[in-house]
Amino acid sequence: MEEAARYIGAGLAGTALIGAGIGIGSIFSKYLEGALRNPSAAAGQQTNLLLGFALCEATGLFGFVLAMIILFV
Amino acid sequence: MASGPMEQFQIKREADLFELFGQTVSWTNSAFWMVLSVVLIIGFFALTLRGKLVPGRMQSMGELSYQFIADMVKDTVGPEALRFMPYVFTLFFFILFANLIGMNPYAFTTTSHLAVTAALAIFTILIVIVAGIWKNGLGWFKIFAPSGLPLPMYIIIIPIEIISFLSRPITLAVRLFANMVAGHVLLKLFAIFAAFLIAKGGVTSVGVILPVLGTIGIVALEFLVAALQAFVFAILTCVYLNDVYHVGHH
Repeated sequence: MEEAARYIGAGLAGTALIGAGIGIGSIFSKYLEGALRNPSAAAGQQTNLLLGFALCEATGLFGFVLAMIILFV
Repeated sequence: MASGPMEQFQIKREADLFELFGQTVSWTNSAFWMVLSVVLIIGFFALTLRGKLVPGRMQSMGELSYQFIADMVKDTVGPEALRFMPYVFTLFFFILFANLIGMNPYAFTTTSHLAVTAALAIFTILIVIVAGIWKNGLGWFKIFAPSGLPLPMYIIIIPIEIISFLSRPITLAVRLFANMVAGHVLLKLFAIFAAFLIAKGGVTSVGVILPVLGTIGIVALEFLVAALQAFVFAILTCVYLNDVYHVGHH
């Protein structure tokens, strides 16, 4: 019973990655949209693109690490 | 049964060094890989030291990395923050080398431990607080109260600003730690899956190609993440150092 609850909890914690996936998709889609409208400004924003990607991915990974802690620790 | 995905993060005590405040200070595998990354950084920059007018391959690598961090500090904070550049430089290269060494098979990723990343993050935030008070005196605390707001708003804004400031070291540490742990666990899970498929034998072992391809993709992604997280840690340090120099316009 407790074991089953643990797996359910880990699965729920993993759903944090849904948000991260949506966020990363949104970051890259908006970047492409902007880059195609104004290609000369695109190169200067690549730092911000990668920064946004990393910040966004991290929020999802918090959930993933939580799932790992529930499962293995 | 293959070993679990979390066993790669185990710290093994190799020798006890001395006692300090009732705790035993030990030489561990984590310490070894940390020292190794520092030695590699020193070796890398020692190779770039021979300064010539026309830079060779190694020298231009050293100059490019210097330029990269100097531009980062100048762009995000301003030229007056260049005195903090050695700190940002050290931070970036320590995290980068620790992450990249950790990508090698059988190597230990030192940054996959919250104790290591938290130490770096706490040091960063202490530098911001100490340098901020050193430079601006008690006026530094104005960063918690942005100017130009109606008076009742401050009751809400000041606690929010304080909480957001205090959560910075936590997110800084957990971000790096979570990225490294998640990547390595994912890599191990795919590898274990491939091993299971081979052990099963017969027709199913043909399907082993899928997890192997997945592993290759994740290795490529992890190299990107290793460099990116070092970059993110360094640039967020610069962003936080902003509070030292630009107290007024927050």
